Amino acid sequence: MLVIKSMNRSLFLKLLSAFIVFGTWELAGRIPVSYAFPTFFESMQALFAMTMDGSIFVAYAETLKPLTLGVAISAVSGIGLGLWIGLSSRFEWLFSPIFIVMQAAPLAALIPILVMAYGIGLTSKVFVVCIMAMPVIVLNTASAVRNTPTSIKDMGRSFLATDRDVILKIIIPAASPVIFSGLRLGISAGFIGAILSELKITPTGVGDIITYSRSIADYPSMYAAIFSIIVLAVLFLNGLERVENYLFEGNNRGYVSD
Amino acid sequence: MDTAVSVLNVTKNYGDVEALRDLSLDFPRGQLTSLLGPSGCGKTTLLKIIAGLLEPTAGNIEIDGKQITGPGEDRAFVFQDFALLPWANVLRNVSFGLELRGVAKSEREAIAEKYINNVGLTGFEKSYPHELSGGMRQRVGLARALSVDSKVLLLDEPFSAVDEQNRRKFQEDMLELVRNENKTFIFVTHSIEEAVYVSDQIAILLPRPSRVSEIIRPKGFRSAGVENIRRSKEYLDIVDQIWASLRNYVE
Repeated sequence: MLVIKSMNRSLFLKLLSAFIVFGTWELAGRIPVSYAFPTFFESMQALFAMTMDGSIFVAYAETLKPLTLGVAISAVSGIGLGLWIGLSSRFEWLFSPIFIVMQAAPLAALIPILVMAYGIGLTSKVFVVCIMAMPVIVLNTASAVRNTPTSIKDMGRSFLATDRDVILKIIIPAASPVIFSGLRLGISAGFIGAILSELKITPTGVGDIITYSRSIADYPSMYAAIFSIIVLAVLFLNGLERVENYLFEGNNRGYVSD
Repeated sequence: MDTAVSVLNVTKNYGDVEALRDLSLDFPRGQLTSLLGPSGCGKTTLLKIIAGLLEPTAGNIEIDGKQITGPGEDRAFVFQDFALLPWANVLRNVSFGLELRGVAKSEREAIAEKYINNVGLTGFEKSYPHELSGGMRQRVGLARALSVDSKVLLLDEPFSAVDEQNRRKFQEDMLELVRNENKTFIFVTHSIEEAVYVSDQIAILLPRPSRVSEIIRPKGFRSAGVENIRRSKEYLDIVDQIWASLRNYVE
C-alpha cells in the first residue's frame, strides 16, 4: 500500500472495486448460481464477438435514437419547466402533481396505452424515455430554484440586477448542483426507459439482442448487452460531471455558508 | 446639518404584525449612523426599506431630497451572511456589482483589483469564497460594495458572523473608511460597544412596533485615536446609558 501515491489512490480504489465486482460475477457464474447466469469472461467474449462482427454497433444505432432524443427532450424541457415551476407558485400548483404522479406510476403497465395512442414506432419509445427521465429533472430543478438563498437574490437586486440577471447569473448557477444531480438521476432512468421500451414495445437494438439471446439461451450475449448499456450510462454520467465541474468550478467545493 | 438620507413616516406591516410604525429619521451626509436595538426591533427591515429591497406600507425614503422607488446606483449593501456567489472567485464576486451595471470586463476588473487591494486581499483574487475565512469573506463583501462607488453604504450587521479579533480590526477600518471615503454609512448592529465605537450618530430603536426612542451623538472621543476610544469616559458612559435603556427589552 505504501507504494501507492495518494494521487493514484482513487484510481486504485476504482480498479479494486471493479476487480471485486467482476471477480464476484466470475465466481457466481462458475458455481453456477443459475444455469442462466454466465461467467464474466464468457460475457466479455460474447461482447468481443459482437464488437467484431459489428452487430453491437448496429444495435446501438437503433437504441440511441429514442435514448438521445428522449434524454435531450427531457433535459431541455425538464429544466425549462422546472425553472418555470420554481419561479412561479401558480405553476407549481398546476404541474407538480403531474410529475409526482409520473414518477410514481408503474410505467410498464402504462406502455400498452402509449402503444395504442402512438403506435409501435419511435414516438412511443421516446415517450417511455421521457416519462422515466423527466419527472426527477423537473422536480429537482423546481425545488433547487425555489431554494435559492434569499440573501444572494437580495444581493443581486440591491446591485441593480434585472430579473433576467437574477435568473441567469444567480438562480441558475445556485441551483446547478441540484439540477445536475436531477439530470444524473433522470438520464440514468432514461437509459432504463430506452431498454424497457425495446423490451416492451418492439424488440429493436440492444433490447432485441437481449430478447433474442434469451430466447435462444445465449446468456453470455444477453449479459454482454446489459453490461454494455451500463458501461455506456456510466461513461455518459462521468462526462456530465465533467461538464458540471467545468461550468461551475466553485460549486464543486462546498458553499459559502458551510 | 446636511442630510443625505431621510426616512419619512415609514410604516411597515407584515400581515397583522406591525414591524415599523410611523418612523422618521435623518442620516447626516459623510457620517456613520448606527441603528441599534434589541433583536426583533425592525432595524434590518428598516435598512432593507432604505435599500429598496422592501416596500414600506406607508411613508417614504428620500435620498438627496428625491424619493426612492427601489434599489438604486446611489446605494450599496453589505450583507450579514456576506451573500457571495460560491461559484465565483474573489475577483468576479468583487466586480459583480459593476458587471450588473454593464461595465466592461477589463475596466471592472481593474476597479475590483483596486478595492481587493484596499481591503487587504491581494493575492486571493482567484480564490473561491469557501477557501476564505469569515473575516476575509466579509472583506470581499465590503470590496464589492465599495467598488460600485455609491454615495450611501448600507451595512446589515456586517461583522456579526466574523470572529472577535477580525471584528475589532474591521471596526478600526470602518473609522478610517468613514474618514477617507466621502460616503454616508448606515450601520445596523446589535452590539452596543460596536455602535458606540464606530458611530457619529446612534439611533436607538425600541421594538413592537419599532420607533426611534433616542438619538445619541458622541462628541469628544472620536479625535482621541482608535486605541484610546474604548478608554474614554464618554465612551463608557454612553455604553452604560444605552444598556440602561435597552435592558428592559431583552427577554
